[in-house]
Amino acid sequence: MKIIIFAGAPASGKTSVIYHIIEQMLNESQQICIAKLDCLSSNEHQIYEKLNIPVVVGLSKDLCPDHYLAINLLEIYDWAKDHNSDYLFIETAGLCNRCAPFLESALNLCVIDCVSSIKSPEKLGPMVSTADVIVVTKGDMISQAEREVFNYHVKSINNQAVIIEANGLNGLGCHRIRYLIVNSNDLTTLEGEKLVYSMPKAICSYCVGETRIGQQYQQGMISLIDFNEHESI
Amino acid sequence: MKVFKYLQIKPGLTKTQEPETFECFALEKGKVYTIVGKTGSGKTQLIEDIESLANGSGLTKRTILLDNEIPSDTLRYAPHNQLVSHLSQNMHFILDMLVKDFIELHARCRGVSNCSGQVEKILYHANILCGEKIRATEKLTNLSGGQSRALMIADIAVNSSTPIILIDEIENAGINKLKAVDMLLDNKKIIIIVTHDPLLALSGDQRVVMSNGGISRIMTRSNYEIEILSLLNKSDKVLSNIRNALRQGRSLRGVSTDDLQVILE
Ligand SMILES: Nc1nc2c(ncn2[C@@H]2O[C@H](COP(=O)(O)OP(=O)(O)OP(=O)(O)O)[C@@H](O)[C@H]2O)c(=O)[nH]1
Ligand SMILES: [Mg+2]
Repeated sequence: MKIIIFAGAPASGKTSVIYHIIEQMLNESQQICIAKLDCLSSNEHQIYEKLNIPVVVGLSKDLCPDHYLAINLLEIYDWAKDHNSDYLFIETAGLCNRCAPFLESALNLCVIDCVSSIKSPEKLGPMVSTADVIVVTKGDMISQAEREVFNYHVKSINNQAVIIEANGLNGLGCHRIRYLIVNSNDLTTLEGEKLVYSMPKAICSYCVGETRIGQQYQQGMISLIDFNEHESI
Repeated sequence: MKVFKYLQIKPGLTKTQEPETFECFALEKGKVYTIVGKTGSGKTQLIEDIESLANGSGLTKRTILLDNEIPSDTLRYAPHNQLVSHLSQNMHFILDMLVKDFIELHARCRGVSNCSGQVEKILYHANILCGEKIRATEKLTNLSGGQSRALMIADIAVNSSTPIILIDEIENAGINKLKAVDMLLDNKKIIIIVTHDPLLALSGDQRVVMSNGGISRIMTRSNYEIEILSLLNKSDKVLSNIRNALRQGRSLRGVSTDDLQVILE
């Protein structure tokens, strides 16, 4: 089974791009499953159901959605195996720029919307710097010159990755992503598999539900801003 | 990018799965092709087939050949699109920078050594196309729709290294359309224009007419149409003069309403 993980900021175009890719793969008589992870709600179910393939949605609720993914990976894998899947697509929630929800042997893709991140692609963090493939969407909304400048910046953050421009509205460019997916690693087990990037150390009071602000409520790992060092006037 | 002399489209199927009726259509460098047809008639899909060098397995079953040969997978799936430069429908820049800084940045990204010379060159071309001159010290985001479009076109004309240039609807952009097409014209490039505008539709050496998801006709521009084009171009100029006159607060007067040019005299 091939595992394909999509990360990317909210509304960057993950679902749109995945939809076009899978649509192009449907006549290959391969079994495809898709898992969407999100926090509180998700409407992906309705969209992916149109593809007539098994879809599962996991909501992390009180947990960080990336941790939730790591915790559930084996279960998702087994679920896809029960469906005799050749391809398992995972669309992650991709909420913060701290993490990269990627696996060492999976094909890891990061979807970036070039309109909202045009000024600072470097802010996107490990999601971009550790991806195997970077998919740049919404190029239809900027000029050719801006696209080239943007791609150049992305390349400077991660020059190992393959950068592909794709359009989530009409599917333009999605055939190139499909090609990489079809030719990616086949996994026979997740035994010994590792995350590409460690998750944050989450062991303070707020991790376990504290909502009050103030030193007396804080326990565990506490990291304070050093104002002497970081203040500028 | 492998150089090729011509690109051919081999017929596929319409939306209702009927075979397209043309034989094999070759697009040559140095020529302009226009694609016309109603919204939803399959114009975008045709572009996509060209852009992705369709190999007969796609939605439309069309096949694209380069110099009579099926392009290699390496070329078809090359991550970077080396085939087509897109001038899309957007009319504004979103990067918040000075015009000159942006042109220099773009030049640096492309590995051009003389960045400041580039600013002059591109502005020179852009200012041929638009009514109001663009200044190097203006902000990109403050440019009008016409100025932005002119700058985007000039950039592609000067910089693009792809063998195909695709223009998606430049009508109503407040620029000189025919000059824009002229500027992009290059004997090493195929120009494809998707349009609803009669002036632009007639600027192509050949017109591809789309309907029901398929190519329904391929028409070569007649001499008569070339004459019509120069008439249309004249009236387009009159229209833009009238637009400018009204903008500048002048009133229109004249003896006859039959000949529009007189109104401005
Ligand atoms: N103009 C344009 N819009 C796009 C493109 N790709 C996606 N969109 C639009 O962007 C919006 C968000 O797209 P989605 O595919 O739902 O994004 P997502 O990353 O799956 O979003 P979440 O899963 O909610 O985080 C939708 O309205 C899409 O139609 C694109 O290439 N161009
Ligand atoms: Mg989504």
